Amino acid sequence: MQNYTVFVPRLVPKKEPFAPGHRACIGCGEALAVRLACKAFPPNTIVANATGCMEVISSQYPMTAWRVPWIHVLFENTAAIASGIEAALKAMARKGLRPDDGTKVVAMGGDGGTSDIGLQALSGALERGHDLLYICFDNEAYMNTGIQRSSATPFGASTTTSPSGIKSIGQKTWKKNMAAIAAAHDIPYVATASHSYPHDLMAKVAKGIAVPGPAYIHILSVCPTGWRSAPDLSIRLGRLAVETGVFPLYEIEDGEYKMSLELPKLRPVEDYLNLQGRFRHLSEDTIKEIQERVVAEYERIKEKTG
Amino acid sequence: MSTSDEELTWREIEVGAIFTVPGTTADYQTGDWRSQAPSYNFDRCIKCGICQLYCPEGCVGQDEDGYFIADLYWCKGCGICARECPTGVITMVEETE
Repeated sequence: MQNYTVFVPRLVPKKEPFAPGHRACIGCGEALAVRLACKAFPPNTIVANATGCMEVISSQYPMTAWRVPWIHVLFENTAAIASGIEAALKAMARKGLRPDDGTKVVAMGGDGGTSDIGLQALSGALERGHDLLYICFDNEAYMNTGIQRSSATPFGASTTTSPSGIKSIGQKTWKKNMAAIAAAHDIPYVATASHSYPHDLMAKVAKGIAVPGPAYIHILSVCPTGWRSAPDLSIRLGRLAVETGVFPLYEIEDGEYKMSLELPKLRPVEDYLNLQGRFRHLSEDTIKEIQERVVAEYERIKEKTG
Repeated sequence: MSTSDEELTWREIEVGAIFTVPGTTADYQTGDWRSQAPSYNFDRCIKCGICQLYCPEGCVGQDEDGYFIADLYWCKGCGICARECPTGVITMVEETE
């Protein structure tokens, strides 16, 4: 990963396609991830956005935070609508109704809209090979409706539908590996990103849009409300998720794995878990179990990079 | 289309309830959510712009001297800029009446 910490303003586009004044919670990592991703869009981009936090906070009628063409779609058909837009643009160019100006299509969804409800439509769009970028903003539960568990919720996390207690440790299943599911479609570009590594995120979004054919980017976005963490720790938590190996950053280009950040040594997962209220009930044994699983997963991805 | 939700009636709503003006939330003051505000000591500022990059609101801009400063009209006071500032320019102070 390139280190761009010296003089940031010259290296980042000044444009703000995601306007301020949106109603995101204080310290929202997902709003930051959307803002950074929008900066990397080429001039002509159409966004199809699934129901979820990003739709609710950005488009409270009669106001909108978007400065790009934007359509709100249902949970289940984000990828289908985005494929429709892409196919329509192609058909209109072919019939001479509209010049082929290289307009790009981006679909956005939360983890619920991607890994639970919209998975079938996403799989279809990836399989048909539409030229679009699908971005999943993963905050690891249905935060917008009140922190219900999704299939992207990590093991041991306490949510309102997987509460911790005497007989429960919270979420009983492991996080669904969406990047691997997307990669299994043999699409040209799959990546994971974090808003705590903004230049890496923007480079990946730009690359995902530029590649011909479908691309998928999975962005871990910290949610202080649902993760029960302090709002000012959002960036630090994103960084810790990467440094502990809980959420490794990598790219898969035409089946070739590539680590975005080479970590000589993983930090213990306690550093990441202890900052979040949703994990505070975990016992030593459970943390040990999580640690073993995280290391094993990380090694498995590292092996694939060769 | 009017941007103020108090004044808007059904007569003014566009067909299909579409938005005709982009980015109108910029008129909405989220700054009054704030309980803490950033305060700056520019003696130590190296103008790196990290606070601008990490602000979830995108409300940090440059003043005429090139220093980065949050626009308190939108700043919700999350404290990310204070936490991430490499030289410790920013401290969060409680808002007072």
